[in-house]
Amino acid sequence: MKTTMFTSPGSLLRTLIAAPLAALVLHASPSLANETVALDHAPINLKDQASLQRGARNFVNYCLNCHNAAYMRYSALTQIGLTEQQIKDNLMFTTDKLGEPMISALDPKDAKEWFGGVPPDLTLVSRVRGADWLYTFLRSFHRDDASPTGWNNRIFPAVAMPHVLHDLQGTQVMAKVGEQKGHGEHMEPIMKLVIDRPGSMSAAEYDHFVADLVNYLSYMGEPAQTQRSQLGVFVLFFLVIAFFVSLWLKHEYWKDVK
Amino acid sequence: MAYTPKPAIAPPVPGIVGKAIVWVDARFPLVKLYKEQLTDYYAPKNFNFWYYFGSLAMLVLVMQIATGIFLTMNYKPDAKLAFGSVEYIMRDVPWGWLIRYMHSTGASLFFVVVYLHMMRGLMYGSYRKPRELLWIFGCLIYLCLMAEAFFGYLLPWGQMSYWGAQVIINLFSAIPIIGEDLSVWIRGDYNVGDATLNRFFAFHVIAIPLVLLGLVAAHLMALREVGSNNPDGIEIKLTLDPKTGTPLDGIPFHPYYTVKDIVGVVVFLGVFTAIVFFSPEMGGYFLEAPNFVPADPLKTPVHIAPVWYFTPFYAMLRAVPSYLGTQFWGVAVMGAATMILFALPWLDRGKVKSVRYRGPIYKGFLTAFVISFLILGYLGVVPTTVWGQLPKGLPLVGGMDLATLVARILTAVYFAFFILMPWYTKKDKELPEPQRVTV
Repeated sequence: MKTTMFTSPGSLLRTLIAAPLAALVLHASPSLANETVALDHAPINLKDQASLQRGARNFVNYCLNCHNAAYMRYSALTQIGLTEQQIKDNLMFTTDKLGEPMISALDPKDAKEWFGGVPPDLTLVSRVRGADWLYTFLRSFHRDDASPTGWNNRIFPAVAMPHVLHDLQGTQVMAKVGEQKGHGEHMEPIMKLVIDRPGSMSAAEYDHFVADLVNYLSYMGEPAQTQRSQLGVFVLFFLVIAFFVSLWLKHEYWKDVK
Repeated sequence: MAYTPKPAIAPPVPGIVGKAIVWVDARFPLVKLYKEQLTDYYAPKNFNFWYYFGSLAMLVLVMQIATGIFLTMNYKPDAKLAFGSVEYIMRDVPWGWLIRYMHSTGASLFFVVVYLHMMRGLMYGSYRKPRELLWIFGCLIYLCLMAEAFFGYLLPWGQMSYWGAQVIINLFSAIPIIGEDLSVWIRGDYNVGDATLNRFFAFHVIAIPLVLLGLVAAHLMALREVGSNNPDGIEIKLTLDPKTGTPLDGIPFHPYYTVKDIVGVVVFLGVFTAIVFFSPEMGGYFLEAPNFVPADPLKTPVHIAPVWYFTPFYAMLRAVPSYLGTQFWGVAVMGAATMILFALPWLDRGKVKSVRYRGPIYKGFLTAFVISFLILGYLGVVPTTVWGQLPKGLPLVGGMDLATLVARILTAVYFAFFILMPWYTKKDKELPEPQRVTV
């Protein structure tokens, strides 16, 4: 597999400029299948509870219509600073029991008929794909008349999912913005994603929306991860002390070994 | 014949505890065992860094058993429930995530520790007479450990669990004549399925651990019988203190090495907990990303790679070309690569044991062996196309993947280390061994 991470000055530049701009200037190449696209860095912070709460709202409003999060219970959302009443009033549409997992109302049979398959469970998607991939993916949909849904994705060619968030982001198209020297003598077109018809959000607003969502997905993939790293600091601190104590003990005992 | 009661021992400690020990000792060889295994067991005083890994392997074994028991309390060995039950442990069982990460990290670090322990044995000739059986018990433990890891890896029932097991079991079907039936017999089905998961669970939680514990006991008993080797590779039992009859270069295992091993344990736990708390996936090497997708018999992952500790052997398997229409040769080479370890005590004809007094030829072969094992390990992780292809025009190797060619050469180096050993250890110019250990 050949990587195109930094093969052109444009792609290097793109990774350096801020996320809002990056959303509009995604660099493209015609041979998608053989090449890896550099992913945008997801600006997420698992300690930002407000962002996690907005992400949870975005998740239940947009993703949970079709996708399950079958290993995630609504009650676990108390960990991101929500009260049980807040969860019940704002986030639960398919059940009224807090102990229930997040299951979509979409019947798997209907899903097969409408989309050709059951949408994958999203509980662990952040651990499978990584936050950067999700952040890039959700901002890389574009119109494609050749696909059954009318949509395609820059980093997931022939994706079955239509662009659910196009009301917010607007419609992107792949457009030729110039030419560059290709592998041989011929010129290759430089393709970029550009907004064709704006949505209800500005590019910056949409990026924040996606970042909150990805932040939530990352949390949901492993709810214990914040607790884990906090606890780890104490455990390592204890071990550092234990190291010096054990070293001293060893030296005391070994004094008489000649 | 008249019954003569065991002579009473003096209480080792005052008070009720001392009395209790005397009571037990009249009925069970408690003090004898304690002395034999710890206080009267004399170990060479010149152990270095490499000598921590035996006791660390014991520590990890105990940790794996303890965490494994708690995982078993909530895990469901059922193809429909297994994946969900692991997530239940990760989310709903109090401290379940910690127990699971300790177990998954422990599995990888078990191999780190055991590989370093084996490396120690290689370097200092710990497999040489009179420690041949000790080495063989160790090799059997290593085989058990590989089986244990393989069976355990199926249990989370993720995509890599499933397809990894599928690939490895299919290896058996490459064996001529009986292969197909054998692989069905192992799986209990025509595909990896619920029957496979159930039997792998049984093997992982009881069958292999029982054998493993028995072998560890045998390994330790053999060690107590022949005594530990040391970095100089000389026998401390040859130079005894005329007054006490104990080795002049030996010190009681307890308290000297128990307190020294505590330092090793603390450092090891530092590494262990840093991984558990800050990077339990270890960049995808300890927990692979595709394994967070439930097993799907209809969807083969693009790139199936075994966990890192199997990759040197996996690289050998891939490197061997099929011949006469069968992949059997790769399987045979992979099997031979582990089996040849058993022959090591009889392949080495050197006069000295330790690498410190070996000649340059041995040192060269050992270095080449270690480097080839490490590079093979790397090549087993990545696709064979990683280094591109050789130019088409080259004779013999034209158009071949460079990584495959390198893997073939390194496989040859791996085997050459063993097969040529009787010759090069005899021919080598060795240095004289010292009379006493050097500290």
